[in-house]
Amino acid sequence: MIELKSVEKKFGDITVLKGIDLSVEKGEVISVIGASGSGKSTMLYCINALEKIQSGQIIVDGIDVHADQTNLNELRRHIGMVFQQWNSFPHLSVLDNVALAPKLVLGKSKDEAYSIAEKQLKHVGLGDKLDVYPTRMSGGQQQRLAIARALAMEPDYMLFDEVTSALDPELVGEVLDTLRLLRDDGMTMIVVTHEISFARDVSDRVAFFHQGVIEEIGQAQQLINDPQKERTQQFLSNVR
Amino acid sequence: MSTEVNAIQFFSGFQVSDLWYLAKGAGGTIVISAIAISVGTILGCLFGWALSVSRWANMTLGSVLDVFRSVPLIIQLLLFFNFLPILGLPVGPFAAGTIVLIFYTAALVAQVARGGIEAVPSSMRNAARSLGMTYWQDIRYVVMPVGLRAVLPAWTGVALGVLKDSALVSVLGYIELLRASQILVTRTQEPFIILTIVGLFYFALSYPISKMTARLEQRWQYD
Repeated sequence: MIELKSVEKKFGDITVLKGIDLSVEKGEVISVIGASGSGKSTMLYCINALEKIQSGQIIVDGIDVHADQTNLNELRRHIGMVFQQWNSFPHLSVLDNVALAPKLVLGKSKDEAYSIAEKQLKHVGLGDKLDVYPTRMSGGQQQRLAIARALAMEPDYMLFDEVTSALDPELVGEVLDTLRLLRDDGMTMIVVTHEISFARDVSDRVAFFHQGVIEEIGQAQQLINDPQKERTQQFLSNVR
Repeated sequence: MSTEVNAIQFFSGFQVSDLWYLAKGAGGTIVISAIAISVGTILGCLFGWALSVSRWANMTLGSVLDVFRSVPLIIQLLLFFNFLPILGLPVGPFAAGTIVLIFYTAALVAQVARGGIEAVPSSMRNAARSLGMTYWQDIRYVVMPVGLRAVLPAWTGVALGVLKDSALVSVLGYIELLRASQILVTRTQEPFIILTIVGLFYFALSYPISKMTARLEQRWQYD
């Protein structure tokens, strides 16, 4: 379980997260929507401590993420993250991209790492690209590669930070399909997204962020189809 | 009678054995350049890393390195060689030349290395860290290979520059290629032949470096 308790995050003088409370159960899929700059992505970065927080607590499976004694490298093994920019390692083949972390971090043998990598790449539909270099692939393929790379660590949670925002429109579908696949596998996911219909159809709950607070949170269908707060209504009518 | 013979032999023409003398000079150039480039590159990478991680290092170390980059090498060589004995630390031409050349190389490589580290997008490094890699695993397996590819041409330029600039160590009296040629020119009074040969020697030393790095560059192209 991921729990955020009154999390505050500042960049200099600007408070980006103003007391976020959120808990995500095992197996749950939560989509986070809201305008750019509302703090959605920052929250994800705080959950695996790529960003520090100023006050509050983030607890993942009983471990206080921002406590001094927490071993972040160990913690991050359990939390996969996929970014807006797919960040393929350009000097490694697709297979090596995925096998690298299992080798280094999990201490798997080369053969084991390759077989894990191959399995995950097949899972996201890149089984025929193993020896290709990522720069030869489309953005959608590279984003699926990034997903496979995170999955190869066999994480308990997956964080998705606007993974379709940098893609050409015709490539969005294949990445969203991959996310659906993960949901069907029972993966626990927090998905920051601008794809409203995806949020409605695929997630259990949706949280609407506005200026660093969770303005509204609720069942996906209900929040998207029948938002209660005025700001949520406004945002949804603007993006539709 | 015998003094006359000596006087005539003082200026004697270019001989095949002089090629051997030049080759030994080239050996001096190779030794001093190889040490300066290898040690200077390692040191420069450390400096470049420090510049990239700390603003404090950027201010202090950065300004020291700027001095090495901005003051003409020949002045650095003469100052270092002549001032150390004043401090009671006599150094030979080889040691003085090597030390100055190492720091000169390191100062140039530091900026190249910093550029290489900064050429790796921070989001790519976040991706590596989010997979559970440690700081040093990220440096070793992501930043180094990606950054190195970005700055290999710049580093090659530095290496070739240092190889040629090592000629300046001749002012300290260390016998490398240029100094050897000057000695021969004085004796033979045939600067044209000798300087042409020396030019060819420098070319023969530089060409393999540029050829080798060009091949590496090609092999490392992302495809």
